[in-house]
Amino acid sequence: MTSAAIGTRWIDSRNVLGLLFMLPAAVLLLAFLTYPLGLGVWLGFTDAKIGRGGEFIGIENYQFLWGDSVTRLALFNTLFYTVVASIVKFVLGLWLALLLNKHLPFKAFIRAIVLLPFIVPTALSAIAFWWIYDAQFSVISWVLTQLGLIDRYVDFLGDPWNARFSTIAANIWRGVPFIAICLLAGLQTISPSYYEAASLDGATPWQQFRHVTLPLLTPIIAVVMTFSVLFTFTDFQLIYVLTRGGPLNATHLMATLSFQRAIPGGALGEGAALAVAMVPFLLAAILFSYFGLQRRRWQQGGSDA
Amino acid sequence: MRNKRRDFLKTTAGIAAGTVAGTLLAPRVASAQAAWNNQPEKGARLRVLRWKRFVQGDEDTYMANVKKFSDKYGIEVRVDHEGWEDVRPKAAVAANTGAGPDIILSTNDDANLYPDKLLDVTDLAEYLGKKYGGWYPVCEQYLRPDGKRWIGVPLGCAGNALVYRASMLKAAGYDAVPKDTDGFLKMMRALKDKGTPGGFALGNATGDGNTYANWVVWSHGGRLVNEKNEVVINSPETIRALEYGRELYNTFVPGTLSWLDPNNNKAFLDGQLSITANGISVYFAAKNASDPKVKEMEADIFHANLPVGPVGRPTEFNLFFNQMIFRYSKYPRAAKEFLRFMMEKEQMDPWVTASIGYVTPALRVYEQHAVWKDPKATPYRDSMKIMLPSGYAGKMGYASAGALADFIIVNMVAEASSGSRSPKEAAERAQKRAERYYKV
Repeated sequence: MTSAAIGTRWIDSRNVLGLLFMLPAAVLLLAFLTYPLGLGVWLGFTDAKIGRGGEFIGIENYQFLWGDSVTRLALFNTLFYTVVASIVKFVLGLWLALLLNKHLPFKAFIRAIVLLPFIVPTALSAIAFWWIYDAQFSVISWVLTQLGLIDRYVDFLGDPWNARFSTIAANIWRGVPFIAICLLAGLQTISPSYYEAASLDGATPWQQFRHVTLPLLTPIIAVVMTFSVLFTFTDFQLIYVLTRGGPLNATHLMATLSFQRAIPGGALGEGAALAVAMVPFLLAAILFSYFGLQRRRWQQGGSDA
Repeated sequence: MRNKRRDFLKTTAGIAAGTVAGTLLAPRVASAQAAWNNQPEKGARLRVLRWKRFVQGDEDTYMANVKKFSDKYGIEVRVDHEGWEDVRPKAAVAANTGAGPDIILSTNDDANLYPDKLLDVTDLAEYLGKKYGGWYPVCEQYLRPDGKRWIGVPLGCAGNALVYRASMLKAAGYDAVPKDTDGFLKMMRALKDKGTPGGFALGNATGDGNTYANWVVWSHGGRLVNEKNEVVINSPETIRALEYGRELYNTFVPGTLSWLDPNNNKAFLDGQLSITANGISVYFAAKNASDPKVKEMEADIFHANLPVGPVGRPTEFNLFFNQMIFRYSKYPRAAKEFLRFMMEKEQMDPWVTASIGYVTPALRVYEQHAVWKDPKATPYRDSMKIMLPSGYAGKMGYASAGALADFIIVNMVAEASSGSRSPKEAAERAQKRAERYYKV
């Protein structure tokens, strides 16, 4: 066979061509995803400082972090923040989606408005919340004082538990629209004929929701909630603007602590280890939604149709 | 060889420099022997990264001086401005990768993180020191760590002092702030009783939180490490300091645990605070305010240095500014020339004026500067003289930088102040956290 013939055979081969077409995507993934992630993992095993390369020190960073009270607190804060915020965001988001799915006047307009908190850059909305929660200038405190309900300003960000709930509230405000709009899109894919059939069978609205809406919406819920949990777990900007992890580190999330240790603190290796320590939690969230929600119910729901 | 040349030139150039300086400076300076000889590289171009101005006049005058330099030497200078907390990581990356700005103006102990990446500027520092009345001792602690080699040229610091409302103090029975910590506590209690409390930042505030918390600890003899860099924060002195901090905290306006750097400025200018600690910026915000209510406050605002505690000497912590030339610079001589030019009286003088007291220069001759004649600015004149360095009383480096960035002292004082931990527990915890950074 001549070399030209081999060339033609190669081009004609679907496998080779397929690989060729996949190459750009693979390069992108390797350069911008695998490499930084791999570097981060590697740094976690070194004592690298900013401005100084590190030596391999095995799992020493992780050993230290395990014994570090601030890290443990940050882990607790992160889990608490993620669980509470995600549940509330889901409930409110679903409720909002159901409302928006009804025939409302100015439907398009209202739907657009709902998205606003999501569109405003986080740093900006965080600054707005910073003022809302300010120890001296809080508008909430001001209103309550004017109404005579309280006689001293609420210490939103100065008390550890207040600060946790205040930051969670800000996160919820920002995250609900994303969930609502995504779920709304999901709701609109459900054919009205199911509801007609259900009502002919005498199903109550609750039964319709429980046996028609929810099963058909589950795949979307799985995807949306995965994203929501991931975003919440890795939240950074909101905390950084509102509290920088204070008071008494009560709102330090793993992401903010990782930054504090790595960049201003210069301990790049330790910061990387902290960031890597987030990965198992994120993987668990993905696996849970994939196996727990997506597969079983979706395929059941799909085969019913 | 360079030394020989300098010796030779001393007699000739010294006279020349002396006459130039003599027209501008106090007689003491004119008599000083200062000689400088440096030829910038041909075709040099410089990149400078500096912290972003706190007051507009700083940047305007700085850039005007840069232009003067460019016009005089034909050297193009590009200046980038970044928030001061962002300069630190950028400088570190530049040091590590060996590429970036030729000159970086940074803060605190940055130069001590990569001393071997920095150009030796001993000749320049000695020249400037001789010519302008000498450097304050704290400059050497920061930038001459081995006692021989200067690894950067000190610029000065952003002083932190008490800012107070004279009328509120008067109503509480005080004409001035007491100079000792006990008297200060009594005054804070009186202010609270009058319904005009003060407050100091206890949140994770890089600037104000660290200055306040370190003062509380240092004034009572507590310190993170001793001269041998051994962690000694868990000490009776620290516990006494934390007990004092708790007493003080009880007089504060509510919410100081959440305060970040801007909070006290806002609350003060709104008239909700009788006293806090800050740079001179609050006063100038009132002075230049367009709102008549705020403007009215100007006459009522005064400054004082932080009180002296049982240790018997001032223990302030201010934001130190350095100027570093990196070894990778292709034009080290031009970079040196640039720093020299900017530090000479002709340029420095208007810059200090324009910085309206926000920056306290590192050279002693500027104690005489007109900007301090305003009695309200006077406390900031001494900021360099009375400050203690970061990482006190140990050496500077990754450990001191890491401990500062992790808010170990701030958290300890906040924990003890709020009562979430006893002073003893707070000190023990800080000891554990600090030991990790200072481990060998």
